Amino acid sequence: MSTLEIRGLEVSVITEKGPIEILRGVDLTIASGETHAIMGPNGSGKSTLAYSIAGHPKYTVTGGTVTLDGANVLEMTVDERAKAGLFLAMQYPVEVPGVSVSNFLRTAATALRGEAPKLRTWVGEVKEAMNALNMDPSFSERNVNEGFSGGEKKRHEIMQLELLKPKIAILDETDSGLDVDALRIVSEGVNRAKEANSLGVVLITHYTRILRYIKPDFVHVFANGRVVEEGGSELADKLEEKGYAEYVGS
Amino acid sequence: MALLTTNYLTPTGREEAWRFTPLRRLSGLHDGSVSITDRKSLSSTGTLQKGVTFQRVSRELLSPQSVSEDVIVQRVHAEANDIALLEIAPNTKVSEIIHLQRLLTGPLGAELSRVRISIAENSQATVLVENSGEVVLGEDIEIYVGKGAELTFISLQEWDSASVYAARHHAMVDKDASFTSITVTIGGSLVRVLPTVDFLAPNSSAELLGVYFATEGQHFEHRIHVDHGVPNAKSRVNFKGALAGDGAHTVWIGDVLIRSAAEGTDTYELNRNLLLSDGARADSVPNLEIETGEIVGAGHASTTGRFDDEQLFYLMSRGIKMDDARRLVVRGFFAEIISKIPNETVQERLMNRIDDELTKAGA
Ligand SMILES: Nc1ncnc2c1ncn2[C@@H]1O[C@H](COP(=O)(O)OP(=O)(O)O)[C@@H](O)[C@H]1O
Ligand SMILES: [Mg+2]
Repeated sequence: MSTLEIRGLEVSVITEKGPIEILRGVDLTIASGETHAIMGPNGSGKSTLAYSIAGHPKYTVTGGTVTLDGANVLEMTVDERAKAGLFLAMQYPVEVPGVSVSNFLRTAATALRGEAPKLRTWVGEVKEAMNALNMDPSFSERNVNEGFSGGEKKRHEIMQLELLKPKIAILDETDSGLDVDALRIVSEGVNRAKEANSLGVVLITHYTRILRYIKPDFVHVFANGRVVEEGGSELADKLEEKGYAEYVGS
Repeated sequence: MALLTTNYLTPTGREEAWRFTPLRRLSGLHDGSVSITDRKSLSSTGTLQKGVTFQRVSRELLSPQSVSEDVIVQRVHAEANDIALLEIAPNTKVSEIIHLQRLLTGPLGAELSRVRISIAENSQATVLVENSGEVVLGEDIEIYVGKGAELTFISLQEWDSASVYAARHHAMVDKDASFTSITVTIGGSLVRVLPTVDFLAPNSSAELLGVYFATEGQHFEHRIHVDHGVPNAKSRVNFKGALAGDGAHTVWIGDVLIRSAAEGTDTYELNRNLLLSDGARADSVPNLEIETGEIVGAGHASTTGRFDDEQLFYLMSRGIKMDDARRLVVRGFFAEIISKIPNETVQERLMNRIDDELTKAGA
């Protein structure tokens, strides 16, 4: 049982013109097994929240706390956060030229597990994860995210989620750019990870359609760098109908 | 012949061809002040397949087939007493890599070396020259690729840290022939290689690939010159370099000349440098001279940059430590070219050496 606690989080992004304040006091508590949807208009700061929790160097935390089971996440390096059990499925996964998927996955698994996984079981593990996400076996010999289609990138992120078995995962617009079939396949992957590891999920999304496949326990509406409304899954239905108009510009 | 030495125009460092080179560190190869030992350090290892011969030939029997403006190459031509000659007979498919090796221990006298590699028509072969040890060496390697032949020429500069190596690797590519070179420079104090290509007849092609990694105090210079003097030849150049540590200096010059007769030329050259620390300097000068408008394409690109924060963040967000993430990125950067060396042991050795250099540089 793990808990990620975000309290009063304030974050600025460093730009050439100086820092810009983006998150203005975010409060969220995510426990194992729970699924929280964060919904909000473009530019409201959803990705900033995700990157800040993962420790991206571009973002500076100017106030508030983030803890995982009481441990101060903000003091951890990026890799330490992953080792503590945090995972970020990125909205725009990064290309790493010359590094094969199989090498990348094995290096990551070795780092997270503290020892290299036994080759035989590992090969089987990877195969199974790829199979479950309808990915061609040749995928593992390609370079990380290089030349991947939008859908392939997202599958690759969820494959990592299943293989690396974090405690809490933040999925940043994993649904965007997916067709209906891919959306279902990717959602099933998330649900498998939830079941297998009692994963806590923060599902960042712009649209409600992924919520048909991954049922949220809580819905948080995000606008102007903070949570402006919270509720159960019924809140998503309201957003579907009325959009974000009443939350923005205020 | 040795008298000729005094007639050479000793470079002052102001010449275009020498402006980047720290002349004082050339051990006198450029001004004739170094005394030359008669030594033949290049040998062939392993058994040679039928149709392949490696022998020493006296200079009277084999004069240079090309000229060079480079004073060290001129000196090699004038003074090297015999030539290491590797020949591949016509219509021969050499399946195994032909290994030439140079392994010298301890500081010995300076050496001037002339090498000729000649692959006859319609043959295919890969030649690997492995250079290591401590040397002061001036060398000219002339490579003739016969009609319809395919040659891959790989040269590894894994010299000890005090070594000085100044060389030309000159390919002459005949009709319908294709030449590929992979030049790897990761060891030595001063390494200056001139990978040059002359197309002898139409429909020939050349691909010059290279990687270099310079650390503290090392000067690695690659001056490419591709001479398109015939129609319908194709050339590709792709060199990737990394630098780390104080005074690490790399120079990449990419001269491509498309003469007026060279209609239908297709050429592209690329140089990318990865600066891994402060205090290192990468000079990169692509230079395209075009004397005819009737070409298929001509272009170049040159970039010098630091680690990509986004790549490091992505890897680290999966639990990979900073050092390991950097190693992965650097290995990945070089993999594009090193993976083309058709020998996994050599690939792994080079990658490990690159890891070591990275660790040593603390980058
Ligand atoms: N590197 C940056 N430079 C300038 N502005 C940025 C940068 N990153 C984010 N922002 C700004 O911060 C705000 C929030 O961005 P983001 O977190 O990506 O929003 P969302 O994910 O909700 O669409 C936007 O107004 C965006 O323009
Ligand atoms: Mg976003």
